Amino acid sequence: MSAIVVAAPAFAQENGEVTVYSYRQPFLIKPLLDAFTEETGIKTNFLFAGKGLLERVDLEGRNSPADVILTVDIGRLTQAVNQGITQPVASAVLEENIPAIYRDPRGHWFGLTRRARVAYASKDRVDRNGISYEDLADPEWKGRICIRDGQHAYNVALFAAFLEHHGRAKTQEWLEGVRDNLARSPVGNDREQVKAVFAGECDIAIGNTYYLGVMQTNDQEPEQKQWADSVRILFPAFENGGTHVNLSGMVMAKHAPNRGNAQKLMEFLSSETAQQLYAQINFEYPVGEDVPWSERTRSWGSFRADDVALETIAENRKAASRLVDEVDFNR
Amino acid sequence: MKLISIDNIELQTRRKGSAGWNIAVLAVALVLATPVLAVVTLAFTSSDGIWDHLAATVLPGYIWRSCVLVLATGALCLAIGTGTAWLVTMCSFPGRKIFQWALLIPLAIPTYIVAYVYVDLFEFSSYLPQIRSMPGAVLVLAFVLYPYVFLSARAAFLQQSFCVFEVARTLGCSASEAFTRVSLPMARPALVVGVLFVAMECLNDIGAVQHFGIRTLTVGIYDIWLERGNLGGGAQIACVLLAIMILLGVIERTSRQSRRYHETSSKYRQLPGYKLSGWKAVFAILACAAPIFFGFILPAVTLALHALETNWEPELLLYGANSLILTLSAMTLLLAVGLILAYGVRILGSGGIAATAVLIASIGYAIPGAVLGIGILVPLAGFDNFLDGIARASFGVSTGLLFTGSAAAVVFAYLVRFLFLSYGSLEAGLSKITPSMDMAARCLGHGEWSTLRRIHFILLRPAVLSAALLVFIDCMKELPATLILRPYDFDTLATYTYTSASLGLFEESAPAALAILLAGLIPVLLLTRVLELSRPGTIGGQGDS
Repeated sequence: MSAIVVAAPAFAQENGEVTVYSYRQPFLIKPLLDAFTEETGIKTNFLFAGKGLLERVDLEGRNSPADVILTVDIGRLTQAVNQGITQPVASAVLEENIPAIYRDPRGHWFGLTRRARVAYASKDRVDRNGISYEDLADPEWKGRICIRDGQHAYNVALFAAFLEHHGRAKTQEWLEGVRDNLARSPVGNDREQVKAVFAGECDIAIGNTYYLGVMQTNDQEPEQKQWADSVRILFPAFENGGTHVNLSGMVMAKHAPNRGNAQKLMEFLSSETAQQLYAQINFEYPVGEDVPWSERTRSWGSFRADDVALETIAENRKAASRLVDEVDFNR
Repeated sequence: MKLISIDNIELQTRRKGSAGWNIAVLAVALVLATPVLAVVTLAFTSSDGIWDHLAATVLPGYIWRSCVLVLATGALCLAIGTGTAWLVTMCSFPGRKIFQWALLIPLAIPTYIVAYVYVDLFEFSSYLPQIRSMPGAVLVLAFVLYPYVFLSARAAFLQQSFCVFEVARTLGCSASEAFTRVSLPMARPALVVGVLFVAMECLNDIGAVQHFGIRTLTVGIYDIWLERGNLGGGAQIACVLLAIMILLGVIERTSRQSRRYHETSSKYRQLPGYKLSGWKAVFAILACAAPIFFGFILPAVTLALHALETNWEPELLLYGANSLILTLSAMTLLLAVGLILAYGVRILGSGGIAATAVLIASIGYAIPGAVLGIGILVPLAGFDNFLDGIARASFGVSTGLLFTGSAAAVVFAYLVRFLFLSYGSLEAGLSKITPSMDMAARCLGHGEWSTLRRIHFILLRPAVLSAALLVFIDCMKELPATLILRPYDFDTLATYTYTSASLGLFEESAPAALAILLAGLIPVLLLTRVLELSRPGTIGGQGDS
């Protein structure tokens, strides 16, 4: 019975396979893997889970079948490295395709796409054309902001960047200000914050850019097009800085049984073709400077990415996360 | 005739033969307890001093909300489950025959699906208060979890001898007094088990609770582990959760120790069927229809409408087959293991080491699925790598990972997670069999196995079947542990539903969600039949009609 699969011994030689553990959903990754198989003839095995994959690889140890791990958020990429479950990859192709600021100097993690954390402003109720992250704590927005759980990785990364710009005391004050401006206790994902703007619950929703594209093109659930239609993107910037950007990325597993194929896959994923696919399917910004944005993402406007290094954001995460608790952000 | 046998008789059979039982129970319990112990061990790994920070900030809130959720949902389920079970078992009113089985149906809906449906339907409604709130979560959870209480309550009522009511009535009790003073106390062990199931489901729930925005202990565990990458800290909070569960278990056991209820009469007559008419009948119909409407019809119709608008993937059949194979394997094993443990504890007494080991093994039910998944990986991957190490050292070959990343790992997860359901049901069933049965059998020269096979197994059949069906439904719905432990390129109906729903593609996930629901419906219908057959003194199920 094909349904009972006893894991094949992972000690096998290079055998025309590569195994991908992914925190990112199949709809997004499968087309890329299919394109890879078509180009190289290498078969791909795919495991998607939203949680626990790093721990699984860690516990599977030297027999782990995982070759490449795909995930989002700089925090999780560095966590994989800190857990000691990755290995460095030296590849001229990767270094050429991915700018140095979007990959680990020691070659452990590599960024694939960028996403900006922005303000979705109600078309009807917000008429300004610019906003800073600092503005979000202004009493002007009292009861008008919606945001997901303050402990979510996307928010913690944003707060960690704020911490780097302004220091602890000012960050705490700012978080308290934003908390007091929230229309409701944080709940739901980024998209549901936009829905809340549509429903009139709040005027500004904080979210990642690509969700707008996902909603604008959602034929399965056309009401999401209406949600998207009720807002426009304001690209906030830090005073003296730019717009906060986070990554999706990849690492090679420390005990990857198919190292050669794993590297081929990683190189493929960083290629212009693959980055364009990402950009088309999920409306993310490619990391490659020369890779064109999708037409839809271009229509949202442009931004200047903040210059706080991603490693710094990863280091500040813990302090930022504790501040979220200390100000009782999710109250 | 003795009205109720209230005694303190332990089955004092600690003779040579019990050593075998002792070893068997301990061995099985220890294997199943390893993941729980692994979680406890993880709590001792580095947690970055997060404990003090949490205790000073958000932890009290997590605990408070968990308690409120459990108490409120438990109380509501107790009221709905017991009330409706009494109505359909003891009273007669139009539609009663349908309600007898229909009241179980909400069991087939996973909480995470019902939460999605309700938020989708009622968020931002101008007439209703915010659904994403504690009251919203309690109501919605109660509408799908009350069948756990209904199931045990109805089984208990069905097994009561009508003679006790007649005696109660001749002693001057009204019908409702007979219910509160005789029937309810006699059903108490069963009701407690039902409410415990509900409490555990509330405590370990993540999908629904998170969707309602209620930050419970379990949400806190996920937060600390996943968002902060602090597995040690997550495991520590999980231990708080375990402590609460153990406390509940101990309270239940000690309160039961002083009172035992066995039927000693073998006289069973048709249940009374108090005829309800007029407004009383209307009330009974509404009371039974409301939970079915909110717990099943509304969410199912919503899903069905969504499912109609979308394409049914041919892979659904494969996912359905995967779900079934995993579920049936786990179910078979759970029944065997549950029976061994429940009977072993009956023989060995509930105070010994074996009983404690069983308690530890069965609290896997309280651990949030994803954490349990990691707890299972620890011993499983440890074992695989240990074996591999030996093979490499002695034979120069690698055995790789034998269990980790295989379907067997998922089945093992179901065993650990749902042992409480099978053990709890079987133990409750056994507790209703008077020890004088054991004694009589033993006096007649039967050994423990023979007594189990020839006496208990027959009397236990209803409990075995209801345990089987509870386990079946819960395995079909299980998501978080399956997601972490499953082989690559392998999906079940639940993981597929989640994968599509997590994209916000509610519609796309509807067919799979509906399939889980339909698969759960079949055992629910079977269960009804079984319940009716379970009434002692009925031949071929003709008794309760």
